Amino acid sequence: MPTKNSNLLYAAHKKLTAKVFMNKGWLKLCLLLLLLSPAFAHAATDVDTRLQALETATKSAQSAGDNAWMLTCAALVLLMTGPGLALFYGGLVRKKNVLGTMMQSFAMMAVITVLWGLISFSFSFAPGNSLIGGLQNAFLHGVGAAPDPDYSSTIPSQTFMIYQLMFAIITPALISGAFAERMKFSAMTVFMILWSIVVYSPMAHMVWGKGGLLNAALGGSFPTLDFAGGTVVHITSGVSALVCALYLGKRVGYPKEPMPPHSVVLSFIGACLLWVGWFGFNAGSALAASSLATSAFVATHFAAATAAIGWAGAEWVRHGKPSTLGAISGSVAGLVAITPAAGFVTPMSALVIGLMAGVVCYLMVAFVKARFGYDDSLDAFGVHGAGGTLGALLTGVFASSAVNPIFKDGQGNALPSGLLEGNAHQLLNQCVGIGIAWAIAIVGTLVILKIVDVTVGLRVSEEHEVQGLDVSQHGEDGYYWEATA
Amino acid sequence: MTMTKIEAIIQTSKLEEVKSALQQIGVEGMTVVEVRGHGRQKGHAEFYRGREYTVDLIPKIKLETVLPENMVDLTIQTIIETAATGQIGDGKIFLSKVADAIRIRNQDRGVNAL
Repeated sequence: MPTKNSNLLYAAHKKLTAKVFMNKGWLKLCLLLLLLSPAFAHAATDVDTRLQALETATKSAQSAGDNAWMLTCAALVLLMTGPGLALFYGGLVRKKNVLGTMMQSFAMMAVITVLWGLISFSFSFAPGNSLIGGLQNAFLHGVGAAPDPDYSSTIPSQTFMIYQLMFAIITPALISGAFAERMKFSAMTVFMILWSIVVYSPMAHMVWGKGGLLNAALGGSFPTLDFAGGTVVHITSGVSALVCALYLGKRVGYPKEPMPPHSVVLSFIGACLLWVGWFGFNAGSALAASSLATSAFVATHFAAATAAIGWAGAEWVRHGKPSTLGAISGSVAGLVAITPAAGFVTPMSALVIGLMAGVVCYLMVAFVKARFGYDDSLDAFGVHGAGGTLGALLTGVFASSAVNPIFKDGQGNALPSGLLEGNAHQLLNQCVGIGIAWAIAIVGTLVILKIVDVTVGLRVSEEHEVQGLDVSQHGEDGYYWEATA
Repeated sequence: MTMTKIEAIIQTSKLEEVKSALQQIGVEGMTVVEVRGHGRQKGHAEFYRGREYTVDLIPKIKLETVLPENMVDLTIQTIIETAATGQIGDGKIFLSKVADAIRIRNQDRGVNAL
């Protein structure tokens, strides 16, 4: 039954609610908030969505820029082999061997491509152990549009694969300079397939592959600074070249018979194509269209320039005239030497590296080769082996964390990279990388040479050598300027 | 009339001059070959990648013409006048007797074939 208190409560309640409902402002505010609440929720997700869309668009744009650059670089590096190297080497041999020499480069474009797609990309870049990759990417399984973040988070892994393929093509082609004018085409093809698997893939894996022993970017035990392949490409091919030259022996008539280049013009064109293509080789090794790519591009160009001056200058001093062949050979030597250093050094350092390479490689070719008497026909060891070794050492000297902070401490601060910056230890690591490159090249090449010699036979017969490779190996004449109409 | 073959080895830079002069004096037929050789002229050194090569076979032009006897002296005189520079390397002229000459088109023989 209603009490006095409950009556009072009821009355107060009535008064309050009357007040609230009578106060129209308050009422309006409540109603407004109620009506707008979905709009508030909508506005909050609206900004989120737009932010997300913006982030995706930015990533897309960066990927597009990086991918466009990297595909271009892949094309540039292929150009280095065909026709760059083909012309450079082709012009240096005697007329009767021009096609045979060019075929040795071209065959790599065809054969190594297939090998890479089937198996050697996997051996180079799939995860495995510290020496070699596994078979996860055999037949390019798993290599598609999605990036592999260990290598590059902005480009498709297929772009990475095709870019690296061009390196795998040119490296064995370089070796052909040592056994020019006397190797059987069949034997060379077999040799190169085996070499690519036994020497190139392990070296590429160790320096650039995930888990690689020498990988500076991914925490290898002996981090070797090799931006674009001073050890992987030039030391391995150059040293293998020396082994081949020694194993195969000298050309018939060497060194008494004069064997000057049949066309320095072709070599000139080839060398210029190599210089331009090398921008893809070095600057592309940044794996992005970044300021690091720019830095590598500039260093590459500067080294080529001073190296040409260095070699030509040395000739000017010794012979009284700078030769065209000397100048272009010098530029190639500089490009070789800057290859490991390109993304680690300043432009001024690049000038020094180039100049040293030009002079040192000239001395290797003009003096050391004559002194020891080996027939490294086109100076593959003198330029690539020696230039690559010099470049790898100088990388340890000139590498600068201001250019590329490759080594970081626990807090992410950059550590000194090279000797001049205060990191003397890196030179030791460089020596480990260089040593391994030399060792794998020597041992691998010797074993393969022996196998191929015993099965196929390495060297052409003396009759075929005198006749020339064009006719004996390919049934062709490079310049059939017919006598008949 | 007998026929004489004139073989003149001359500097490559003198070919145009000699050829024009011979055509002007009425020499109607000649064969020109690019050759290499040397007499007492020394060669020169070229070098490739630090290796020196002595090039002692020097490019020359050999100009051959077969003439009736009565034209030989004037021809030799003309060649000497136009081809000589006074230096070693100017070249040489050789004369030999020709047994016969035949025009392939109509089988003319002897001086008529020249």
